[in-house]
Amino acid sequence: MSHHQPIGGRLFTAPFLFLGILAVIALVLLVDRFANGLAAVTNLNDGYPWGIWVVYDIVVGTGFACGGYVLALTVYIANKGKYHPLVRPALLASLFGYSLGGLGAVIDMGRYWNFYQMFNPAQMNLNSVMLEVGLCVSAYSLVLFIEFLPVILEKFRADVWRARLEKVLFIFIAIGVLLPTMHQSSLGSLLIAMGHKVDPLWQAQQLMPLLAIMTAMLMGFCIVIFEGSMAAVGLRQPSETHLHRGLIKVIVGLVAAYLVIRFGDLIRRGALGGAFEGDLQGNMFLLETALFVVPLLILGSSRFNRQGRFLLIAAVSLLLAGATYRFNAFLVGFDPGAGYVYFPSAAELMVSIGIVAIEIMGYLFFVKLFPVMPKHQQAHA
Amino acid sequence: MNRRDFLKVAGSGALIATASSTVEARGNKEPLPNAVGMLYDSTLCIGCRACVYKCKEVNDMPSVVRDNEVQWDQAEELSGDTLNIIKAYKHGTGETKNSATDGFAFIKRNCMHCVDAGCVSVCPVSAMIKDPETGIVSHNPDACIGCRYCVAACPYNVPKYEYDEAFGQIQKCQLCNQKGVERISKGQNPGCVEVCPTGANIFGTREELLAEAKRRLAMTPGEEYSFPLERVGSTYTHRAKAAAYHPHIFGESEGGGTQVMVIAGMEHTKLGLPDLPERSYASMSETVQHSIYGGMLAPAGLLAGLLYFARRNTKHDDEGEGEA
Repeated sequence: MSHHQPIGGRLFTAPFLFLGILAVIALVLLVDRFANGLAAVTNLNDGYPWGIWVVYDIVVGTGFACGGYVLALTVYIANKGKYHPLVRPALLASLFGYSLGGLGAVIDMGRYWNFYQMFNPAQMNLNSVMLEVGLCVSAYSLVLFIEFLPVILEKFRADVWRARLEKVLFIFIAIGVLLPTMHQSSLGSLLIAMGHKVDPLWQAQQLMPLLAIMTAMLMGFCIVIFEGSMAAVGLRQPSETHLHRGLIKVIVGLVAAYLVIRFGDLIRRGALGGAFEGDLQGNMFLLETALFVVPLLILGSSRFNRQGRFLLIAAVSLLLAGATYRFNAFLVGFDPGAGYVYFPSAAELMVSIGIVAIEIMGYLFFVKLFPVMPKHQQAHA
Repeated sequence: MNRRDFLKVAGSGALIATASSTVEARGNKEPLPNAVGMLYDSTLCIGCRACVYKCKEVNDMPSVVRDNEVQWDQAEELSGDTLNIIKAYKHGTGETKNSATDGFAFIKRNCMHCVDAGCVSVCPVSAMIKDPETGIVSHNPDACIGCRYCVAACPYNVPKYEYDEAFGQIQKCQLCNQKGVERISKGQNPGCVEVCPTGANIFGTREELLAEAKRRLAMTPGEEYSFPLERVGSTYTHRAKAAAYHPHIFGESEGGGTQVMVIAGMEHTKLGLPDLPERSYASMSETVQHSIYGGMLAPAGLLAGLLYFARRNTKHDDEGEGEA
């Protein structure tokens, strides 16, 4: 009856244990962070309050975790049922991306023991973009868990509960599309209040939420292709290139629209000159732009877009494009003035790397033991 | 569902969002009638840093320790331990006070107590508070979650988090009126004002301070005038020759205006103060946020559409389960 099955195989492989070591290093460093303060591990300073824990773990990390969001939108809202086999693995990756993004937020929070104040109506500030992001990301992590729950219930053959859940699941699917639409756009809005501290190449003011939601969708579609390809190569799953090809059309449209809006805005504000000043900001902007434009050329060419290899290259480039855009807007283009500089410390990087390791370990655990991956009846087909 | 239906859902959300934007857009907040603040006159400042010392004493902040010696006036930048600081500008030979070329000048940095404060606007848990009477921006560490959005959103880099402590908190100038100090409520002056020997830093209502700043900008350079000590209108005065002021009051309109204002003998950017648009960043941010979320109409409309399609399309999914 199920269309999914665990892929089985040994869990504790050499790569898995290597990831485990990375995770343990991160946990040890976190002991230092909680015992001695953020400065013990990070290079955060009085000019740069947000480093890679915020920008990578949350801003970029949840962008990478938008696969579940865009597939829910595609399959359940736009009713493209043929993409259904891609949903569960994408939901799983999103679940880990978001819950560990939330963990990253708590680690970075300077007064984490007061976190509950965000849920205290007497303290909520409805003008704050951060409140919207905080509440929405927390709620969505919960929704992702509920959306993924059928997999766990199926594994333990709790069919009665599963049937009950399936009846109301559409509510969570709808909320699961609404919430990322809200907080992914708000991630962009966070920068509006920072005004001149954000370089004109990225300070798009009222367009920030639009650019953020577009990059979220783009990263979501591309991570689905990336994860599918990784599963095909690393876990010997059948290739899903035929399904990915359909997503490419949406991706091409998204990138084209994004570039029109992005450059239209830069030209309107007269900010494009900053790209050619030869400084770090300008060069990073050029890199970011290249990462958007090159895949568009690949995907637009009939010579390349038939080959799975080039689809993967394009998807990876666009993932990096979205990530670079967000990194640039939040860190490279952020200049508080007064001579402050920031570059992450090795320990700070190791914590972020450890979090990614935990994500991959969790993903492997579930796809090997739980019915996540689509069942392919005829492997010879 | 076809593409047209889908566009209807997307469109309805966008429509409601746009429609509500006209209602919710907000401009800068107006200064409170009894807003209090300080006027710092760079031309009168002699750089003695008595204000830096006094600030540390009143706010119980540790002094800078360098070469194993306590250096009471040697802080170089605002920090979790230093809420007020005097910095120096120097150019060329550094001979002439208040001159941008071959001269020097002082600048006092502390919280500007913005009329439309960014830190107050962005704090998710209302831990940054603008007093409804005095307009003083204070901080409540018991509500603060330490996200440091206030640090990122302050155009002056004022709030500072204590990164070197396991249970650090945000520190900022609260105009000596925080709980346990309450100098303003008791009718006293802020610590930094009380000790200023030349009247370079005075306390008053924002209106009084603006009038005093305008009086000074109208002075004839080189002629002797009286400058009040501690407060606008004080009978204690300091006689000094007026400097050639740069004709601008920083804080009258910058970023929606501030309650701590600065006048100087040169452009404010030379002294490290930012160039800000008249519209506050807080008003821009809140306008965008409330355009999208005003009354939660757009999200509610969008959710209704999403629920409709999710229900219809999952039903279809159940029925067709055998074939997929």
